Amino acid sequence: MERFVIVFLLIIFCNSYASPTDMYTFQTITQQQQFQGLVQQLRCLVCQNENLADSNATLANDLRKQVYNMVIQGKSNQDIISYLTDRYGQFILFKPRVEPSTYVLWFAPFLLIAIGFLVLIKKIRKQ
Amino acid sequence: MSLGMNGYIMKIFKTLLPLCIFIILAIFLWRGLYLDPQRLPSALINKPVPQFSLSTLANAQQSFSQNDLFGHVSLVNVWASWCNSCRDDQPILMDIAQNSHVPIYGFDYKDDRAKALQWLDSYGNPYQKIGFDGEGVVAIDWGVYGTPEIFLVDKNGIIRYKQIGPMTVEIWRDKFLPLIQKLRAS
Repeated sequence: MERFVIVFLLIIFCNSYASPTDMYTFQTITQQQQFQGLVQQLRCLVCQNENLADSNATLANDLRKQVYNMVIQGKSNQDIISYLTDRYGQFILFKPRVEPSTYVLWFAPFLLIAIGFLVLIKKIRKQ
Repeated sequence: MSLGMNGYIMKIFKTLLPLCIFIILAIFLWRGLYLDPQRLPSALINKPVPQFSLSTLANAQQSFSQNDLFGHVSLVNVWASWCNSCRDDQPILMDIAQNSHVPIYGFDYKDDRAKALQWLDSYGNPYQKIGFDGEGVVAIDWGVYGTPEIFLVDKNGIIRYKQIGPMTVEIWRDKFLPLIQKLRAS
């Protein structure tokens, strides 16, 4: 019985899982890391809570190919991200850029906390 | 201690402020409940159409490029034979093609040529020209992520509006027609 348990545990823990990005080969490690970094920070627009690295959607496949081609062409992260946001908008990034159209998104929470804090201080002082 | 007129106003203001902030927040959040994250605004609005050149669906020798879109207000519909929702707006597109004098162009997205031609036989062909985008590369340039998507392009090749999902009579009447009239007048 013990042996069975041990073998069972070994089987379920000693696994390697294939990811949709395994099929791409790169000349340099830097390029591979660049690719991995990019597909992990880009959203799959069909399965919107997955990133491009994990999603099996057709569009994700196509966009991975596009990113791959740009990486081996030597394009920078900035170029590749701009290429995609020009076509799909900010939503394709999990982390929206900090720019005038997203200032409210980024800073409003801090602003609200600051206001709350000020009100709190005022109340305490009154006492 | 009695408050002067100013102090009185200040007091009312301070009492009402949290309520006002709450109401403003509530309005935004309420509106947010009705936004559909599947329907993203197009990043290409008011930008020129991407350059492209595709062979047409019916005839691989013929080509369809952005030049075909200059000189008139037109619609570009991204569709496929495997796309179920694309059947939903076929009657409306046929009607638009026959009665409204707005030319409709198509991109056949990641499709099989034979199946696409069969589909057109069954459901009708409202298109002036259909570009065969088998790899979906042109569609990526247009920011397409789900079919059907229909773009409104003006005389100068600028994208003015994008509708994601099937066209309906209401959307045509309320969103597209007014825009088309405005674009034609300018």
